[in-house]
Amino acid sequence: MIIQRRGLLGALAAVLAAGLLKPIAALAAWNKAAFASKSSGDALKSLGTQGTEASNAIVIDAPQIAENGAVVPIEVTSKIPGTTSIAVLVEKNPYPLVAKFDFMEGALPFVKINAKMGETSDVRVVATAGGKHYTATKEIKVTIGGCGG
Amino acid sequence: MAGPMKMRATLTGGYTDVRVLMSHPMATEQQTKGKPHFIQNLTVKVNGKTVIEGEISQAVSRNPVFSFRLKGGTKGDKIEVSWLDNKGDTNKTETAVA
Repeated sequence: MIIQRRGLLGALAAVLAAGLLKPIAALAAWNKAAFASKSSGDALKSLGTQGTEASNAIVIDAPQIAENGAVVPIEVTSKIPGTTSIAVLVEKNPYPLVAKFDFMEGALPFVKINAKMGETSDVRVVATAGGKHYTATKEIKVTIGGCGG
Repeated sequence: MAGPMKMRATLTGGYTDVRVLMSHPMATEQQTKGKPHFIQNLTVKVNGKTVIEGEISQAVSRNPVFSFRLKGGTKGDKIEVSWLDNKGDTNKTETAVA
C-alpha cells in the first residue's frame, strides 16, 4: 500500500511539474547551450552553423570606435538571397553570442541592435541561407567596456 | 518589471521600418553576481502572423532598441512585438503601420 501511494504521489508530482513548466518551455525556444558558450566557435557549433563561408554580401554597419561599450549600435544587412537567419557574436565577450534572429516570409534580413562589448573585439555575423552558412566580421574598438557594473 | 514599450512602424520606399524600444534592465551575470535578468525571446508579428523570432543574450544593452524591416506592407497593418525574459516576465505592444 505504502509503495503504491508513493508511486501515485510521484506520478502526481511529475504531472504537476510538467504542467507548470510546459508553458514557459513552449514559449521560449532559447538555445541555452549556444548562449552559454564561452567561445564563438562553440556557440556556432551549438547553433548548428559550422563550416561558414566568408561573404561580402553581409553588411555590418557599426562604428569603428565605440566610446561607450555599454551601447554599441550594430546594424546588419544580408544581401544573400533567401537569408533565413542572422546571428551576431562579439568574439571577446564572456559569452560571445549576442543575438540570433530567424526571418520568415514577410521580413527582410535586416536587424539593428545595441550590444554590450567588454573590450575591443571582432564582431562576427553568421547568415544562413538555403542551408548554407556565410560569415563576415568587423572590428570595433572600445574605449570604455560595457560588461561590468 | 515589465516597463512600457514604444514602437513605431513607418512605410518607407518599398519596406516597413519597425523600431521598438523595450524597458528592461538587461542585467548581466557580472552586474548581478550570478543572477542575470534579461530578455531571452522576442517575436514580431504582422496581422497575427509571426515574421521574426529572435533569441537574445545578456549582452544586449539596457532598455534595448531594435530595428527591423518588413517586406512591403500597407498603412494600417497591425504590428505586434512581444518579449519574454529569463524570469518569465513578458510584455507586448501593438501599433499600426503609418
